[in-house]
Amino acid sequence: MNPSPRSELGSELALQVQGISKRFGELLANDRIDLTVKVGEIVAILGENGAGKTTLMNILFGHYLPDQGQVRVFGQPLTLGSPAAALAAGLGMVHQHVLLAENLSVLDNVILGTEPLWQLWSARAQARSKLMHLATELGLDIPADALVGSLSVGERQRVEILKVLYRGARILILDEPTAVLTPPEVEQLFATLRRMVERGLSILLISHKLQEVMAVSDRVVVLRQGRVVLSTPTATTTTTALAAAMVGHQIPALVRDPQGRGEVVLELQGVSGGGLREVSLRVHRGEIVGIAGVAGNGQTALVDVLCGGRRPEQGGMRLAGQVLRFWTPQLLIQKGVARIPEDRQGTGLIGSLSLWENWLGGRYREQPFCRWGLLRRQVIEQQAAAALARFEVRGHQGSVRAPAQVLSGGNQQKVILARELFRDPQLIVAHQPTQGLDVGAVAYVHGQLLAARQGGAGILLISEDLDELLSLADRIGVLYRGRLSEPIAREQATRTALGLQMAGQGYAS
Amino acid sequence: MRLELRPHIPVWLTLLAPLLAVTLALLSCSVLILWTGSPVVTAYGALIQGAVGSGFALTETLTRAIPLMLTGLGVAVCFQAKLWNIGAEGQFYAGALAATLLGTGGVPVPEPLLLPLLLLAGWMAGGLLLWIPAWLKTQLQVDEVVTTLLLNFVVLLLVSYLLEGPLRDPLALGWPQAAPVLEAAVLPKLIPRSRLHAGLILAVVAALAVWGWQRLTIWGFEMRAVGANPVAARFFGIPVPQVILYTSLVGGGLAGLAGVCELTGLKGYLTLDLSPGFGYTGIVVAMLGQLHPLGVVAAAIFVAGIYVGADSMGRVLGVSSYLADVMVAAALLWLLVCLCLIRYRLRWE
Amino acid sequence: MFEVWGVVTAASFWVATLRIGTPLLLGTLGELLCERAGVLNLGIEGIMTLGAMAGWLVVYQGADLWTGVACAALLGAGLGLLHSLLTVRLGVSQHVTGIGITLLSTNLAYFVYRMALPQVTSPPKITPFSPWPVPGLSQLPWLGETLFTQPPLTYLSLLLVPTMAYVLYRTPLGLALRMVGENPAAAYAQGIPVYGVRTGAVMVGSALMAMAGAFLTLSAFDAFFFNIVNGRGWICIALVIFAGWDPWRALGGALLFGGLDALQVRLQQIWGRQIPYQFFLMLPYGLSIVALVLVARHAKAPRALLIPFRARERV
Repeated sequence: MNPSPRSELGSELALQVQGISKRFGELLANDRIDLTVKVGEIVAILGENGAGKTTLMNILFGHYLPDQGQVRVFGQPLTLGSPAAALAAGLGMVHQHVLLAENLSVLDNVILGTEPLWQLWSARAQARSKLMHLATELGLDIPADALVGSLSVGERQRVEILKVLYRGARILILDEPTAVLTPPEVEQLFATLRRMVERGLSILLISHKLQEVMAVSDRVVVLRQGRVVLSTPTATTTTTALAAAMVGHQIPALVRDPQGRGEVVLELQGVSGGGLREVSLRVHRGEIVGIAGVAGNGQTALVDVLCGGRRPEQGGMRLAGQVLRFWTPQLLIQKGVARIPEDRQGTGLIGSLSLWENWLGGRYREQPFCRWGLLRRQVIEQQAAAALARFEVRGHQGSVRAPAQVLSGGNQQKVILARELFRDPQLIVAHQPTQGLDVGAVAYVHGQLLAARQGGAGILLISEDLDELLSLADRIGVLYRGRLSEPIAREQATRTALGLQMAGQGYAS
Repeated sequence: MRLELRPHIPVWLTLLAPLLAVTLALLSCSVLILWTGSPVVTAYGALIQGAVGSGFALTETLTRAIPLMLTGLGVAVCFQAKLWNIGAEGQFYAGALAATLLGTGGVPVPEPLLLPLLLLAGWMAGGLLLWIPAWLKTQLQVDEVVTTLLLNFVVLLLVSYLLEGPLRDPLALGWPQAAPVLEAAVLPKLIPRSRLHAGLILAVVAALAVWGWQRLTIWGFEMRAVGANPVAARFFGIPVPQVILYTSLVGGGLAGLAGVCELTGLKGYLTLDLSPGFGYTGIVVAMLGQLHPLGVVAAAIFVAGIYVGADSMGRVLGVSSYLADVMVAAALLWLLVCLCLIRYRLRWE
Repeated sequence: MFEVWGVVTAASFWVATLRIGTPLLLGTLGELLCERAGVLNLGIEGIMTLGAMAGWLVVYQGADLWTGVACAALLGAGLGLLHSLLTVRLGVSQHVTGIGITLLSTNLAYFVYRMALPQVTSPPKITPFSPWPVPGLSQLPWLGETLFTQPPLTYLSLLLVPTMAYVLYRTPLGLALRMVGENPAAAYAQGIPVYGVRTGAVMVGSALMAMAGAFLTLSAFDAFFFNIVNGRGWICIALVIFAGWDPWRALGGALLFGGLDALQVRLQQIWGRQIPYQFFLMLPYGLSIVALVLVARHAKAPRALLIPFRARERV
């Protein structure tokens, strides 16, 4: 990292993207994209999910080969389609999902690939001091010999940044770096980024969060449907203008009818285990309780307990007043608990099975789907087709025999909704239900959740997206290191207060 | 080089894959035939002649296919649920052993009941033998590949002990073999003056039953779901460990049945060479049949044809019949390549 | 019990332990290398068989012993290449490919043996490796007799343990290999040739397996016969899990199993009257299962074991 004076800003081009296009089957993911980043500048790429941001990043970093166009780094053309070439040219990518091996140490992860493979020794002592030097310079505190698996998400991201800088990257590409961070960690990250550009690095930041882009970037480039629709200095634009450019049309505001809540449908008392610590919670009929918090603070365990995947070590659970004695997913499905999981393809659907099978899910032993141990295919397929039509699932050409993996993410989520909401559940556990969906699908999912609330279901909405929680939930609690704060009414909740709680303020250590 | 998932796979391609694989296997094995100095065309001519060239050859091929169908089915059922059962060889002997224990006159059973009892006992023995690794897998996360493999050796040594000790037939002139099963326990011949026995009907019925079971019943659905994605299946409300356990009983049982059929239909008495590797070949058969029960029946006949044909080719040309095993293994490897190229499109960049 | 003590302290028992342990060690190290890179190699049993046959045949045809070992290793590497073409490049099932390779190479070994020696009835013999006493050290009391009077392949396999540990934990190549087995996507993003490293690991690992086989025919015995490997490959796979994918612990496991096998043979002589020999022979297999059950809960397999890596594939 050669510190170069800030005065050079604007005089030298770090990165030039010229006419990049990439097509995946029917989808034109990138359409003649032009983009420049100057030395010592933070450029933000803003866009909705599916706007083509990640595709562009993967092209820059050699993971995909573009159909057209070229890239220049410090004026030199870059060999596309090769991560090694991108690295050598000084491009460094910090991935959204950190690419680290959990069973290896921080130092191992950092020095991988920095020495010739056939070298008969590894200069670990030098490597360690170089790493520590870099870390102190940027104010990033990292234990070099700890296993990555033992670090928090924020720390892992710091390792990822150090890893890239260690290799001498001059241009950093960060893909949605704040998605997994608490608000204070975000502040820390931005401070680090500013320190880095002061030392002459250039940064390309990918995000879909307007406030963050406004806060940290020098220039903004907005992508929509694979095209650059706006490119402007940040100082001369507003969030409203950016939002309009990003979405392209006005999104109808959520209609959220006020209504009184009914009796208690779910009660957790002092539930511990699997990372949860004495979690108590009540959800009433006709209300949405939001759970905020950064991923990895016990959300998965909470969902598992509520859906019967995990028996708590301590504490109890009542459903509609009845104490739960057995913990199996099957039983909780019977008791009317619907599960909208975070990981659609991993645990929500079985991609290689047909749509009717996925829609049937755990109800295969019930009337009218089964008789004497035989599946009644006709009945099931008819009902499945009707349900999928009702939930506006598209992309399977009307055949419920198509495998679920042919559908897009939004349509897969609709299949899950069709399965889970079909029987008017009394409790809905929704974990990150809109993660990775495009605008239209997000609006659809939100609408369905509100409709279920209207219909009298109790809903637990677990999300990392504060905006989603603030617009949907009636009460919001925060999960931090397995502890759940007392949910407060939406009207009293503020971003700042929730943000501080997400960072651990107000919790006994 | 890059692989790209094909959105749609035509049925004819799926059917073509095994045929293509076998052709490629025969082609690659012709190198070995050339090495032995025999003319390739004559050799393969002798092989086909020996497999299907006469009525007798056909009955021999079908006879050889019976145990392969059953072990193949046993493996296919397990693989479908991603239970890696490599222990069909042991389960085969477990079935044959159970039939020997009950069917050689040691236990008084009314004659008409004897054969059904032996089949049931063989089923149970094979099923229970696989149930142990399946239980260890579900309860203690012990890898079933290694345990099923190792149990093959344990079972073979146990059989060896019994044949030299308690079960040894005193009339066998010192050979380690058990007493023959009673007359009432012998599976009837289908065609007089051939070795083809009623085990064929049994195996085909078993294949049809497995097919119906997998397609139509809720248990088939459970197995498919568990095989495709156990985590998601669990949250569907499917009791995954139970599914794996009953799958083991079915799959192991089918392989055990193969042992009973071979014993009561063909050999008559238990020896240590009752199976020339039927359990391992069953894996090839299951894969060639693409884990589909009816595909397994077809693949078993095909593979049996190669074995029987290679035997007669060996007699004619003096080529060792191990060539058949080499061909079958090569067919398995080629099949994996073909299936991969059917699922994915190759892109060169 | 007194008799057992006498057996265990005898130098001949330790010589036997090392003799039985050497192929287990070579095979285990080979499998360990493959699995550390994320590839299960169930071809081990067949690769050992073919290695045993090829090494023996080359020597029987008049080449010297080391040429035999080298030929076996080359052949093993070739089979490893085949395995990685299918599992690494094409990403097909590692289980089924491995079984296929075992079936192929076992039967190929038998076929070639039969065709090369059609007439013989009893297996023809060669002159195997004789022990190399290490100058000086072999004069030590007890230790000289057990550890320092061994055939060369045993020394080689013992030296391989620290070598492999050094390479795995102390060199860039070893780091790349471990990373490829833990998180290939991360390795790829760092510019590591994932396919290359995996293929290389499987080839070298398979060469070691073939050398394990060659040890059987060129050092432990002096002939090739049917079922010569007899499940040793499968035991090696169990040993890799037992050893927690670590070369040093693989040495411990191989010696433990070698020792138990040597003990079993000696116990047969003591108790052979009361207990049939088959039960003694079952011991290694049964103990492997027990060992697996004991460590299964804590087994920390490489994260990417069994998972094919596909670069630049859109999910």
